[in-house]
This record gives sequence, C-alpha cells and structure tokens, in this order.
Amino acid sequence: MPTEEERPVVLIHRIPSLKQPLASLSERFTLLDPLLHSADSTHSFLSRHASSVRAILCLGPSPLTSDTLSLLPALEIVVGSTAGIDHVDLQECRRRGILVTNAGNAFSEDGADYVVGLLVDVLRRVSSIDRFVRNGLWPDHGAYPLGSTLGGKRVGIVGLGSIGSEVAKRLVPFGCSIAYTSRKKKPGVSYPFYANVSGLAADSDVLIVCCALTEETHHMINKDVMTALGKEGVIINVGRGALIDEKELVHFLVRGELGGAGLDVFEDEPHVPKELLTLDNVVLSPHIAVLTAESFAALEQVVIGNLEAFFSNKPLLSPVKLE
Amino acid sequence: MESIGVLMACPMNTYLEQELERRFNLFKFWTVSDKTQFLKAQQNNIRAVVGNATAGADAELIDALPKLEIVSSFSVGLDKVDVAKCKEKGVRVTNTPDVLTDDVADLAIGLMLAVLRRLCESDRYVRSGKWKKGDYKLTTKFTGKTVGIIGLGRIGMAVAKRAEAFSCPINYYSRTEKPNLKYKYYPSVVELASNCHILVVACPLTEETRHIINREVIDALGPKGVLINIGRGPHVDERELLSALVEGRLGGAGLDVFENEPHVPEELFGLENVVLMPHVGSGTVETRKTMADLVLGNLEAHFLNKPLLTPVV
Repeated sequence: MPTEEERPVVLIHRIPSLKQPLASLSERFTLLDPLLHSADSTHSFLSRHASSVRAILCLGPSPLTSDTLSLLPALEIVVGSTAGIDHVDLQECRRRGILVTNAGNAFSEDGADYVVGLLVDVLRRVSSIDRFVRNGLWPDHGAYPLGSTLGGKRVGIVGLGSIGSEVAKRLVPFGCSIAYTSRKKKPGVSYPFYANVSGLAADSDVLIVCCALTEETHHMINKDVMTALGKEGVIINVGRGALIDEKELVHFLVRGELGGAGLDVFEDEPHVPKELLTLDNVVLSPHIAVLTAESFAALEQVVIGNLEAFFSNKPLLSPVKLE
Repeated sequence: MESIGVLMACPMNTYLEQELERRFNLFKFWTVSDKTQFLKAQQNNIRAVVGNATAGADAELIDALPKLEIVSSFSVGLDKVDVAKCKEKGVRVTNTPDVLTDDVADLAIGLMLAVLRRLCESDRYVRSGKWKKGDYKLTTKFTGKTVGIIGLGRIGMAVAKRAEAFSCPINYYSRTEKPNLKYKYYPSVVELASNCHILVVACPLTEETRHIINREVIDALGPKGVLINIGRGPHVDERELLSALVEGRLGGAGLDVFENEPHVPEELFGLENVVLMPHVGSGTVETRKTMADLVLGNLEAHFLNKPLLTPVV
C-alpha cells in the first residue's frame, strides 16, 4: 500500500446524485472530488488542481464535456465506470490523445441476465400478471391473457458485444434461434449475420438492443425497423434510450403495431412517456440492468486495474477504441 | 362420437371447450348447481372426465360415474385424480407430459430473475412515477448462483439445462440418485437447501412430497435464499413460508402455485421480494393449444379403440 504522499491523484467526476461507490479506491489513490469542496465552484476547483490531474474517474453516466476537458491540460486518461461511454466527449479525447477505458466485462453477465429477465417477463407477462394477482383479481376473474412461448422465437441481437454474446449463450437452451447485426461480421461466430438492422428485424420475432450509442446508432430502431419487426414483435432495450426513436415506439405500442417491449432505458431519463405507464405488454425499468452488488465489486476491480496500469505504464484492462 | 358424454370439471381453455362441444356431448360441471342430482341423472351417459390441476376426478366422482372409462387431464400433474382408484376400476388416465416442460422451465428461470433482479418491483416503481435519477437499490446477480432442484424429472432437467447457461452450479434432491449426471446429489431436502442459493420445487405432489418445504428447509435456505415453486401449492407449508418472508428469514420467493388457489395470502401482496403468478407455468397460447389437442387426441383414440397417446393408467 503506498503512503499518502505516494498515492497518485485521481479526479472524481460525477453528477451530485451519484454517490461514490468505490470505497477501496481511496486506499490506493488521492481522490479529488470537487463536489466535496462546496466552498469552491467546480470550475475554480478544477482550475486550481488542473496541472496535477493526469487521470479522471467518470462515475456513472455523468456527462464529461469538452468544456470540462479543456480545464485539464495535463489529462491523459478518462477511466469510465459504465459499459457505454457516450456521455464522454470521445471526439475531443481522440483529438487530444486522451486514453479512455470503460467497465470492460464487469457488467456483461448482469446485463445479459437482465435481458433474459425482461424477455421472459414480456413474453410471459410476469410483471403484468403479478400486478393482477396483487390486486386480488385472480379469484373473481380467473382468466388473464395467455403469454407466448420462448421456444422457437427468432431473436435478433443488435450489437454482438460483450453483453450481446452473453445474451445469445443464455437464450440457446430456451430453444431460441439467434441472429445478429453489428458494424462488421464477427469472425468465429456461427450465428447468422445481417448487414442492416431492418433485414434482421424482418427475420426476427424479438430484437435485443445492446449496442453502443454513437452518431450512427442514434435512432437506429426507427419506424421502418419496427414495421419490419411486425405486430407480434418484441423489443428489449438495455443499451441507451436514444438507440430507439421513442416517439415512434410509443405510437407502435399504443396502436398495437408491436407485440410488446421491455425497456430499461429511455430517451429522457428519468422521464418515461406516460402512454407506456398503462400498457400491460411493456415492462419498464429504471436503468438498473447492471446494478447488482456483484457487478459493482467487479467494476471496482476494473477501475482500480485500469488506474494502476495507467500509473505504472502497463497495458490498460479495458481500453475503448476511439475511431 | 357426438353422443358420448364428457364431463369437464372446471373451465380451463376456451379452445378445448369448443372442440369438446363440437365432438362430444359436453357437460360443464361448474355450471351445474345441484351436482348430486346432476350426477344421478347423467351417471349412465358420462364416459369421460376432463380435468386439470384445479379439479379432476376424486374417488367420490369416480364412484358416482359407473360408466366412466377415461380421465383425460389437461395437466402433467395428476394430484387431482385418484389414480389408484382409476387403476382399481379399470378407468384409463392420461395427462399432458413433455409439451409443457419448456414453458414451465422458462417461467422458473423467469421467476428467479424476477425475484433476484426485482423486475416486478422496478416496473411498479417506474409506473408509480417514483423514478428519480440516482435513486436506486442494488439487486442480486443471478449468473453463477447455485441452483438446487427438488425432483430431477423432465421439468427439473429443463430448468437445470437453462440455469447452466447462466453458469449456475446445479445440485438436486430426488428419491434416488440419478446415474451418469454431473449434477451433485443430496440425499435430503434440508442438505440441498443448505447448499444452494435458489431452491426450485419441480417434483410431483404426492403424500410424501406434501409440505416438503417446511420450516427446517426454509431456515436452511436462509435469509439470502430464494424459493421458486412451479410444482404445486401444497408442496410448501404456506404458513411457514409467509412467516419466514415477513420476518426476513427467507430472501425471496417466486410462486406460481398456492395451497388454496385461487386464494393467495394477502400478506404477500405488499412484499417486494416475492413474485406472484396465478398458476400459469404452462400458460402460453402455443402450449395450451398443444395440451388441448393431446386431451382431444387421447379421448378420440380411446373411443376409437386405438392406443392412447399419453397414457398413465
């Protein structure tokens, strides 16, 4: 364990509502958290410490803009704590040669578990039927709409990254067939590849959205894709809200032109379109797909590993390729 | 076959009801007010009973129907049919095995995920408008948790196969150890419960398995443990389960079945760590149709003197 003076400095970047969950970091690093110095504005705090800050830890989805980055001339690395890092100005990082890391595989299993949970929930109407039972309706009503079986469903995965591949592995024993789309065909993957999402949607009963949000993937699930998926089709989104044209999604669901949806993310969180709140064929979740005690422990290891690797000039654990 | 009298024990499936009505002389028992009088009047007409997990053919009904030849159950479990009595009287019995295995196993995994990851609770939270940024609770990971299965029959095996894809170690209890299995066998339910995080009831309901989940088993499973019941309500001592959940001695429960269906103990309605289903393990459009076709196929085979499709007796 390094002594206090030897500990490298890490700037914590977070929105106020995010508490710092990574307790053991302070044993290894000197943490600078502008929000703990309320006398100072963040701006003047940063200006004062700017020259000593080589590494910044970005907690959760806290937006890291080029304005903030410009206050930190000595910055060399942004250590992210999420799987997707669309909240960081990656273009600016690339321009300045700042390294960026993400949560690596810390969240992959939980993200994939949650996808399967949402899918079973939507197809078998678990949350809606649980509500039915809790409201005391079983004795009098008896009947409730039947669900749909998972076996034989054609599942299209949009983005076969670490979460997507874990989803595929889990769904095979349920009797689902798997296909996918991604920027490039993955070598060594036997699932059928589709070059575009509309083609995948046309041949799928279920679309699982778990790719990174970029300019290219913004609203990639649009009206055409939903039409191709069809009125029995189901969409599961654990990626980012803006991957889907949410207005269109609401229209499709309200008009019965889609079978159902399981949504952990939304375009304007924490605001959820109110039309969705009364639909029984959707399952709504407050962006918690990867929030388990176990994944936070794994994340802590990834964050510490990336910071230690950086300060000792070793290869980073989970670098993000900046294109 | 239009003249053959078939007694349907309770409402179970619209398609089945319509098809029975089309092919046989169907009596709907639940619409009859004076059942004793009805049975007396129809005792020489009724040659088949169609039942399910709610109502079937007990000794009293079997004795009241001297011309009964076959009981065809719209279920895999036959706990509502007096199978021994049927055997004794030469009444044939059929069920709907295999076709519902996958749906029940799917729901078992769905319940595990829903309880551990608090899916229904999250959905309620969002719908009630309580979501504020950063306000969240950590839930429990499913991948890698040890799953204990009571009864490694068709459904138990299907649950195991699915859970393996989540890297869950599988342990099990059954009357005898199964040969050539990589899963770990425990000779008692208490030992199994002490050695798993999630305990699944997937055995038939018999005299021996009634209340197989008792206080001792629940305490062995413990405050982090989760109970999944996709078998039958009476497998679980429901009062013990309730007090364990209320007192926090058990981590959570996913329940598709209850001791006194359709009545669910109201104490469960306010709990976050339970998921409650109205006995819908096989409740998909696809499977209920296949089950109905099996019931119809068994009845037609019987009355055409052909081999039964899925005979038990």
